[in-house]
Amino acid sequence: MAGFLLRRLVNYVVLALVATFLAFTLASVTFDPIGVLEQRKPPPPAATIEAKRKDLHLDQPIPQRFVTWMSGVVRGDFGHTITERPITDELGRRVGVSLRLFLLGITLGIGFGVLLGVVSAIRQYKFSDYFATLFSFVLLSTPVFVLGNLLKIGAQDINDAVGTNVLLFVGETTPNFQGTWFEHLWDRLQHLIVPTLTIALGQIAYYSRYQRSSMLDVLGSDFLRTAQAKGLTRRQALFKHGLRTALIPMATLFAFGFGLLVVGGTFTERIFNWFGMGHWLIEGISTQDTNVTATVTLFVAVCVLFSGWLADVLYAALDPRIRVN
Amino acid sequence: MTSSEILFDSPADPVVEGPVLQVEDLQVSFPSEAGRVHAVRGLSYEVSPGEVLGIVGESGSGKSVSSLAVMGLLPPSARISGSIKFQGRELIGRSDAELSKIRGRRISMVFQDPLSALTPVYTVGDQIAEAILVHRKGSVSKAAAAKRAAELLDLVGIPNAAERAKAFPHEFSGGMRQRAVIAMAIANDPDLIIADEPTTALDVTVQAQVLQLLETAQEVTGAGIVIITHDLGVVAGFADRLMVMYAGRAVETGKVDDIYSQPRMPYTLGLLGSIPRLDVGEKQALVPITGQPPSLTDLPPGCPFAPRCPMVVDACHTAEPPLINVDGSAEHHAACIRTGEIAATDTEGAEAAAEIFGAEVVEAAEIAKVPREERRVVLGLDALVKEYPVNKGVVFKRRVGTVHAVDGITFDIREGETLGLVGESGCGKTTTLMEILGLEKPMGGEISVLGTNVSELDAKRRKAIRRDMSVVFQDPMASLDPRLTIHDVIAEPMQVHGYGKDEINRRVPELMRLVGLRPEQLSRYPGEFSGGQRQRIGIARALALEPKLVVLDEPVSALDVSIQAGVINLLEELKSSLGLAYLFVAHDLSVVRHIADRVAVMYLGKIVEIGDVDSVFEAPRHPYTQALLSAIPIPDPAKERQRERILLTGDLPSPANPPSGCRFRTRCFLHASLPPEKQRTCIELEPPREVQALDHEAACHFAQIRQVL
Repeated sequence: MAGFLLRRLVNYVVLALVATFLAFTLASVTFDPIGVLEQRKPPPPAATIEAKRKDLHLDQPIPQRFVTWMSGVVRGDFGHTITERPITDELGRRVGVSLRLFLLGITLGIGFGVLLGVVSAIRQYKFSDYFATLFSFVLLSTPVFVLGNLLKIGAQDINDAVGTNVLLFVGETTPNFQGTWFEHLWDRLQHLIVPTLTIALGQIAYYSRYQRSSMLDVLGSDFLRTAQAKGLTRRQALFKHGLRTALIPMATLFAFGFGLLVVGGTFTERIFNWFGMGHWLIEGISTQDTNVTATVTLFVAVCVLFSGWLADVLYAALDPRIRVN
Repeated sequence: MTSSEILFDSPADPVVEGPVLQVEDLQVSFPSEAGRVHAVRGLSYEVSPGEVLGIVGESGSGKSVSSLAVMGLLPPSARISGSIKFQGRELIGRSDAELSKIRGRRISMVFQDPLSALTPVYTVGDQIAEAILVHRKGSVSKAAAAKRAAELLDLVGIPNAAERAKAFPHEFSGGMRQRAVIAMAIANDPDLIIADEPTTALDVTVQAQVLQLLETAQEVTGAGIVIITHDLGVVAGFADRLMVMYAGRAVETGKVDDIYSQPRMPYTLGLLGSIPRLDVGEKQALVPITGQPPSLTDLPPGCPFAPRCPMVVDACHTAEPPLINVDGSAEHHAACIRTGEIAATDTEGAEAAAEIFGAEVVEAAEIAKVPREERRVVLGLDALVKEYPVNKGVVFKRRVGTVHAVDGITFDIREGETLGLVGESGCGKTTTLMEILGLEKPMGGEISVLGTNVSELDAKRRKAIRRDMSVVFQDPMASLDPRLTIHDVIAEPMQVHGYGKDEINRRVPELMRLVGLRPEQLSRYPGEFSGGQRQRIGIARALALEPKLVVLDEPVSALDVSIQAGVINLLEELKSSLGLAYLFVAHDLSVVRHIADRVAVMYLGKIVEIGDVDSVFEAPRHPYTQALLSAIPIPDPAKERQRERILLTGDLPSPANPPSGCRFRTRCFLHASLPPEKQRTCIELEPPREVQALDHEAACHFAQIRQVL
């Protein structure tokens, strides 16, 4: 099993490389940073433009540029942004910002999504089931930017009602905040709540639908009846025997769901002014910055593939039937 | 507390005198779109300590529902009334939490399908241990429960129990899983065990093992047992009393011997008469019970069996007959107003059934009167081989072994003849069939159809030859496209072979009549038909191209006994009137005995015995055939109790790694009894197929006749 997972990991490294190469090539072909420079008024001197071209390695063929960039990446150097700032310095902070938001969002999403799905399945065709269904469909059909803005309004209402700003929804922290580490933590938490909710609500809606149907499959199964015949109460049988089995088909969904969330989180970051990876991608594209675009793509690729790998691990952990060889 | 105390503890409450289980006027109904389904309508019975009660009936007769009601495992939508007293305590109306203290502790249950009865994600040992722990939290440690689980597995006959307890359900065969479920059921020394069709999904050899095990379980626990089945053979030797159910009620109850020898209700008679008998040599008339069980949503007044009853009179429609004493015995009851007349007939049992239901022996075909050697060979297999590679690795596959699914089998089928191909699951029956139906060049050996060697066929001739050969599959639910009308289903083979539209429209209704269905139903969809009717449609489709050979893959094993009889009769009639030859694959040897002229017994890809059906069944030479035959229950309590069972140990070895020499030697009782030098012959030499008698060959070094019926 360990060997299998290791082989998978090696495959994934190759895939991540291919994905990044494609993004890099596409960005290099379409972006025209020199053109932007030339259109400045007044136009910069030719020597400056030439120096910029050299600096961005635009005089080299694209594969060579990629190799140059990649060999830096391997050494931990992601190159410069178009404005001459080292990417590596900013990368860590931005990854931290994004992961903080996404990991919390998806953890809550999975946790409550599974719970809602299970409750919905057990109480099929009862009020709570209909309510959960309605809740999910409303959320699933609401675009993230609408939901985010609605939550902002709601948060403002709460703040007004309380009389002080409890929920903060601009940025990931108050600029120039001074205080003890605990106050820092509290400040970040205040900023975290609304954006996390924006992500988690959609995730809850999504996972609860799948969990409901996979739980319904298990509800009629013979082994659940056997468990009850042994003397487990219905509730015990459902949670110990039913839920575990119903989670198996969800493993893939959890893992790749995370990969896709990283891509989709762009909106949330924009709405709440979080300077995370999604935010950066949009910035990179608008400033015609190949290195930033390639870096974010690499990050997304790593997330997606790591998630896939995690799915394999989850599968193996949940289902003994595939735990062979 | 030591582990033996766990199993054989003295009950905390004093043993209550009287019956363990007392069901009084039980009514169960479910909501459905068509109205309330009254699945159980006033059922009363009781089980004494140590007694075995058999409950028999067709699917939908309410036998499983009534047992689930006892367990408190019915869905919440079920409405239950009446009384279920367990050791004097009323169970109806108790909460799930209260019932769960009794379930698995005092009453336990063994379910029908062992493949799905265990949770796939926990080890077998853990699941058995859980049954102990859930009732003895605090008093038994986890380690003690795990140890106990291994002991229980050993008790139910799982070799290497301590090791195997750590295996997951998918690593167990069906028979082993059923053993594990039984281990779970006896883990807490229950007072009542309910076994719901415990052997239905299993091979006959495993069925015999499981029945034996249930008997052992009863001896160990002293529990009362309720065994539910649709097969009267299964309970004949095991049950003390019998209750026959129909349409949610008991229609006949009594001592097992009384019911088998003097059935007093036409339905029981029909059930008895519909079972092909393994121990009857001459052609027997099988009683088909026509029609279907009534819908339980809106029963008309009168006897619910009346629409299907051959003895029906006007009075039957006025009121539902109550159970009354028959034959002056207080123990034998039947619900029929004409039971006195049944008692007055001269014949008894199956014979009486044949007489009352008007069943007749099907005449043999004209062609069957011609000596076998003079008839044309319809299908010939010569040393047919089919192997599958065993691959390992996910990215780079490499071959690590070979499954010898079919390993050199030879037989032929002549015009107007039925060859029964029998053996346990995994022996290669289905592979053989698929090879024959594929009409491709085999990996080894030869297949010839009507004298043409299939490896020499080109695409066009292969298609032409397909007309002479057709197939009927096992599962009538899955083998018909639910989106085609019956007309289209039957017409399809003819369209493929380019029949004209007029011809098709003429032949389809003709085929419907031929299989005993009404042509008016042609525009309906398969979903509107019952299992037996669908199988008839499958047969009509198989006959569309007027084949010479029909391959039947377990055609009746998915059907209820009463329906099964009708389909078997139909197959016999068709064979006789159309001069067909059948290759009949089955695991039920009684059916084979009834319908086949010759039989071939397969074990691990080889034919171990082949020959005339009477010769093979009456004087079996190969130990495997003897074991198979002895495993089949006979619906005759007296005979059944006297029979000595040859129990095969374990399961079929893996065909990827068959034993050297004689493949059967690892499970062979004869081999085990031989002196070492003779055993060496079995280990080193593969036994050749040798002629034992006229049209009777067997492959055993030490073949000897052993009567097992």
